[in-house]
Amino acid sequence: MKQRPFARLRAPRSLAAMATAGVMALALTACGGTTKDSASNSGSGDAGSGASASANPNAPIKEGLKIAFLPKQINNPYSTIVDKSGIDAAKEYKGEAKEVGPSDASASSQVSYINTLIQQRQDAILVAANDPNAVCGPLKQARSRGIKVIAYDSDTNPDCRDIFINQASSEEVGRSQVKLLSELMDGKGEFAVLSATANATNQNTWIKFMQEELKKPEYSGMKLVKIAYGDDDDQKSFQQTQGLLQAYPNLKGIIAPTTVGIAAAARYISGSKYKGKVVVTGLGTPNQMRQFIKDGTVTKFQLWNPKDLGYLSSYAAAALASGQITGAQGETLKAGRLGERTIGANGEIVLGPPFTFEKSNIDEFDF
Amino acid sequence: MTAIAEHKPAPPKPGTGGGDGGFIDLVLRFRELTILAALIVLVAVTTAVNPRFLSAQGVEDIFLNASILVLLAVGQTLVVVTRNIDLSVGSTVGLVAFVVGDFVTNSDHGLVVAVALGVGIGAVCGLVNGLLVSFCGVPALVVTLGTLYVIQGLNHYIAHGEQISAAEVPQSILDLGNGAILGVPYLPLISVVVMLLVGYYLRAYSSGREFYAIGSSPEAARLAGVPIRRRVLTAYLASGVLAGLAGTLWLARFGTVIADPAKGWELKVVAAVVVGGVAIVGGVGTVYGAALGALLITTIGSVLVVLKINSFWQEAIVGLLLLLAISADRLVALRLARVLRKRNARHG
Repeated sequence: MKQRPFARLRAPRSLAAMATAGVMALALTACGGTTKDSASNSGSGDAGSGASASANPNAPIKEGLKIAFLPKQINNPYSTIVDKSGIDAAKEYKGEAKEVGPSDASASSQVSYINTLIQQRQDAILVAANDPNAVCGPLKQARSRGIKVIAYDSDTNPDCRDIFINQASSEEVGRSQVKLLSELMDGKGEFAVLSATANATNQNTWIKFMQEELKKPEYSGMKLVKIAYGDDDDQKSFQQTQGLLQAYPNLKGIIAPTTVGIAAAARYISGSKYKGKVVVTGLGTPNQMRQFIKDGTVTKFQLWNPKDLGYLSSYAAAALASGQITGAQGETLKAGRLGERTIGANGEIVLGPPFTFEKSNIDEFDF
Repeated sequence: MTAIAEHKPAPPKPGTGGGDGGFIDLVLRFRELTILAALIVLVAVTTAVNPRFLSAQGVEDIFLNASILVLLAVGQTLVVVTRNIDLSVGSTVGLVAFVVGDFVTNSDHGLVVAVALGVGIGAVCGLVNGLLVSFCGVPALVVTLGTLYVIQGLNHYIAHGEQISAAEVPQSILDLGNGAILGVPYLPLISVVVMLLVGYYLRAYSSGREFYAIGSSPEAARLAGVPIRRRVLTAYLASGVLAGLAGTLWLARFGTVIADPAKGWELKVVAAVVVGGVAIVGGVGTVYGAALGALLITTIGSVLVVLKINSFWQEAIVGLLLLLAISADRLVALRLARVLRKRNARHG
């Protein structure tokens, strides 16, 4: 267990893996202002220099652009949704999009696909990197031939791509979880966090922002009594949930920012006397949470919207290939129905706040 | 009721032999009693601090939590008493949970078919282990470490990034995991029945006694005409079958299954068995002890949360228990040897 890094927001296994690099990138960005200053400067400098031509925000999107999505692995329900949405978006701007990719999410398996895409003279390649460095060589080659490279969902080394579409920022994830719980608990009562492992980087970052958010006066009635760790093991998460409810008789809510944790907490509570008395929320996938939304154990939970991620990535590819943007910080990307996004440091675009799933919309998603 | 006291010739009665520290002998030899006492103390202290621990819901939770581990521990006991080990059970549970989950998803084939499929897959895994160990003579540690990875890989291949969600699993199966008959949940009931059956077999049948004989001294057992290969094969088959059953129950209990959910459980099971007084070198131990060991380890996990102790300590405490258990085994062996020497000197 210990060596799987993405502190397991363990959704479908590969979703977790997919997000790994993304989260690492988040962590990098989060520290960007302080410790990683030099890194981020060189990164954005590189992105700037890579964009030799200046951006023309008013350039029309070219018709017939050829773009290709290269997910971590094909036949994964999550990546299928992301890429299909991106392909649909391409139809909006009259481009030709397709999805190609390996059947396993190993570090090197994407390389041969990139080489093929270069030979096919695609206008843009969108890649969800299995490994931030393994794909670098071929991606650099692609860029030297004028092909735009967009990382989405899971970043590559910043030198190797023009833009990274980040699914959610750590800060937003953390803060919005507290907001959501406060809404569900009417802003008062004791609550606990059921996390993954104690050293899970992304969960810890989210929890840190949760604690920041709790300092605001509007949450004065809420008290975080315990951070428990279920190690993303079903049984252990079960036990932690049981223990929390016994140890803290006044517990009114649980935030589980990990997909194994939220499912276990919800499953335990749905079959216990605490159902309806204790609020469960956190980060989960619609399929695993559907039953608990329907039986009323869980009212709302969050995750980013994979459809929007694909859509935004697709528009970013088109804008890059048409010269509307170059990937430099401060440029504005016009992304169809999603409106505008500004490119941040390190050539990164954040999709937005996490998406909230509830009874009314959960059936629109299947992953 | 350790097996040492049963198949060594004319064992000294506890408290009468040796004469020095008879009570300690008693306590050490009756490992089940020691664990039971530890368990009672643990529960009593926790309840004193937080009475909710022993509420109806609390007790139900403890037994529900332990049942899957108890099943696996019973299977593992059969293997360990024959001086072997089965490290592949965690992977088998994972494979079964996923495959059965996949099979029943969106099409209810009925509970019986699902359980049969799970047990069948487990049996195949156990058979492979058993054949390799007993007929090919490959060391059990290596064989089951190999099958651990093979089964794990197979599971990853089948799962392929998918997951089973509770919403897709038929209610009849989910009910097995959370339902109850006359207020007693099915899961612990199944575990207790299995434990009693296997316990009775090992104690009362001569073929059951042969498992201990093999573990005590394979050479002597062979000379005595014990069908070693067949017994070892049976042990692995039983362990596989129980892992298959446990995998199905895992699906029933948790509903959500990712690939390889019980990763790392093989060591948990071995720990439970050893803490429960089954000697890792074979020949000694009962399924009751192993089941109590599983219950103790599971309860410690729950107690720590209730007592608001950092759960990092859980692993450390389990490790400590293991060391204690092994030290106790050693102590018993030394005392027994001394007692026997004295006897021989008297009679010789």
